Amino acid sequence: MTPFKFLEIYGEKLLIAILVHLEYVFVSVGIGFIIALILGILLSRTPKISKIIIPVIGVFQTIPGLVFIGVLFMYLGMKPITVIIALSIYALFPILKNTYTGILSVDESVKEAARGCGMTNMQILFKVELPLAMSAIFSGLRMSTIYTVSWAVLAAMIGLGGLGEFIYRGIDTNNNVLIVGGALPAAVIAIILGLLIDCIQKKITPRGLKGGK
Amino acid sequence: MIVYENVSKKYNDVTVVDNLNLTINDGEFVVLIGPSGCGKTTTLKMINRLNKINEGNIYIDNQNILDVDAVELRRKIGYVIQQIGLFPNMTIEENISVVPRLLKWSKEKCKQRVHELLEMVNMPYEENAKKYPNELSGGQQQRIGVLRALAAEPPIILMDEPFGALDPITRDALQDEVKALHKKLHKTFIFVTHDMDEAVKLADRIVFMSKGKVLQAATPEEMLNKPEDPIIRNFMGKLSYSRYCNDLTCADVMKKRILTVLETKKTLESVELMKHKEIDSIIVVDHEDKFKGIVTIQNIREHGKAGETISRITESNVDTVSVSTNAKDAFDKLIETNVDYLVVLNPDKTAAGIITRTSMTKALASVVWGDAE
Ligand SMILES: Nc1ncnc2c1ncn2[C@@H]1O[C@H](COP(=O)(O)OP(=O)(O)OP(=O)(O)O)[C@@H](O)[C@H]1O
Ligand SMILES: [Mg+2]
Repeated sequence: MTPFKFLEIYGEKLLIAILVHLEYVFVSVGIGFIIALILGILLSRTPKISKIIIPVIGVFQTIPGLVFIGVLFMYLGMKPITVIIALSIYALFPILKNTYTGILSVDESVKEAARGCGMTNMQILFKVELPLAMSAIFSGLRMSTIYTVSWAVLAAMIGLGGLGEFIYRGIDTNNNVLIVGGALPAAVIAIILGLLIDCIQKKITPRGLKGGK
Repeated sequence: MIVYENVSKKYNDVTVVDNLNLTINDGEFVVLIGPSGCGKTTTLKMINRLNKINEGNIYIDNQNILDVDAVELRRKIGYVIQQIGLFPNMTIEENISVVPRLLKWSKEKCKQRVHELLEMVNMPYEENAKKYPNELSGGQQQRIGVLRALAAEPPIILMDEPFGALDPITRDALQDEVKALHKKLHKTFIFVTHDMDEAVKLADRIVFMSKGKVLQAATPEEMLNKPEDPIIRNFMGKLSYSRYCNDLTCADVMKKRILTVLETKKTLESVELMKHKEIDSIIVVDHEDKFKGIVTIQNIREHGKAGETISRITESNVDTVSVSTNAKDAFDKLIETNVDYLVVLNPDKTAAGIITRTSMTKALASVVWGDAE
């Protein structure tokens, strides 16, 4: 089957699948990002608790998505919310970890200078710590976006659409064209979103924080 | 005025500042010095409450610092640290104006202040304001660190080994600049170092600490001359210069690159020259290069007439020494007479150089640690 033929037959379905897929990715990464940022900041204020929590989170992260989504499915049923929750939690981990380590790795002397200048804790956070942790936070965001694109394929497993539907149907019916037709756009989406995030990061990073010069 | 009253500080039951009593006057340049770990940084950082006081009290202008909000307090105290600690995400302009902006100064006022401060260290605004810290040299970065501390015109500036990480030449230049700033701004400076050379050069009063206590607080001259404790003598290199400078003459220790003017120079020109070189007095010679005396800016201002030459107001009755004078005698004379420098004359009465406090420490250092030059 030529690509043209493929698009002629599945074009509309593919477009819908891509949009659904993107929706899952944006919503879950968005939710994950906000929660991760808040948790990361809180954890950075309480190093004692974080020493225990961060490794636990690391373990959680290694639980295969399939298992997790399966368990959630049993409790919450076959609803989009199930997928969103599962994906959000997975999206959260890399951002959380990077926010936390990013803030902790801000030079002690810079923080001391900030305090010595008379900044409040909030001002230190927003004017110094977060800007300096920004590149770490961005690489966490990038990682979690790319992962989420591939994890969102699992949504199809419980019959909730997205590009996974093509892939699963392809596997079921032993149709390689369908598998590629679903996997290829997923890969392209991952690459494009990754580049987009890089672009935004480059735009907002002040010259003083860029390596090289 | 800053008053430490029976101040103590413990870390896990180890006393690091021990019942400290110290009064620092307004406009004074106090240098805290002492062996590593003796509690200098701790003592300094208690003033802006970066370190908690366990016992006793610190008063600034009769107000207990614990009665002031810590954040407010810190905005009124300049703070410079060895690691510089500029904010890498901010431009030089933003770095310098951090405290003014925290104090909600208007945009124009902030900008004008940044202008003024950069001018003060000869780093033009147009060239530097929009740069980031990583685009400056170490010395330039620390200049900005100092300016950041000065920006909101705090009456007190704390400096913790600010030049410790710089190369000797840059350090020397920055010391000169800080000293000049102190002279100009009349602020209280409290400066931590473990370099006696630096302490002597900068201090009005040196406070020598050991094991959390003050061993001696005295002018640099007094401390060099009469160290009150073996530890202090030890710190200055086991040797006191008075015993070891015997074989040095003024010719060995004087500063040779000096500036002279002819006595036929006009008063206004001389003032311009002194201003340009940032000195307040200058050596006057006649057309045969023979020493005639010195003339000060103040003298010209008070007694000089426009258009007149400086010969009439040249002070000829000044202390001089000869190149062959024993260095120790010259140092004693310098301390006794309390002048900024002594003029050293060649046998033919031409000016050979000058001896300053700095030459004194350099001589001391060269005797103790070997001649670096
Ligand atoms: N946060 C801390 N916790 C425990 N001990 C500390 C802490 N900070 C300083 N100390 C100890 O307090 C003592 C005094 O420290 P301080 O930093 O004031 O010394 P210093 O005179 O500034 O030394 P240096 O010249 O090395 O900077 C040292 O013995 C140090 O180990
Ligand atoms: Mg210290």
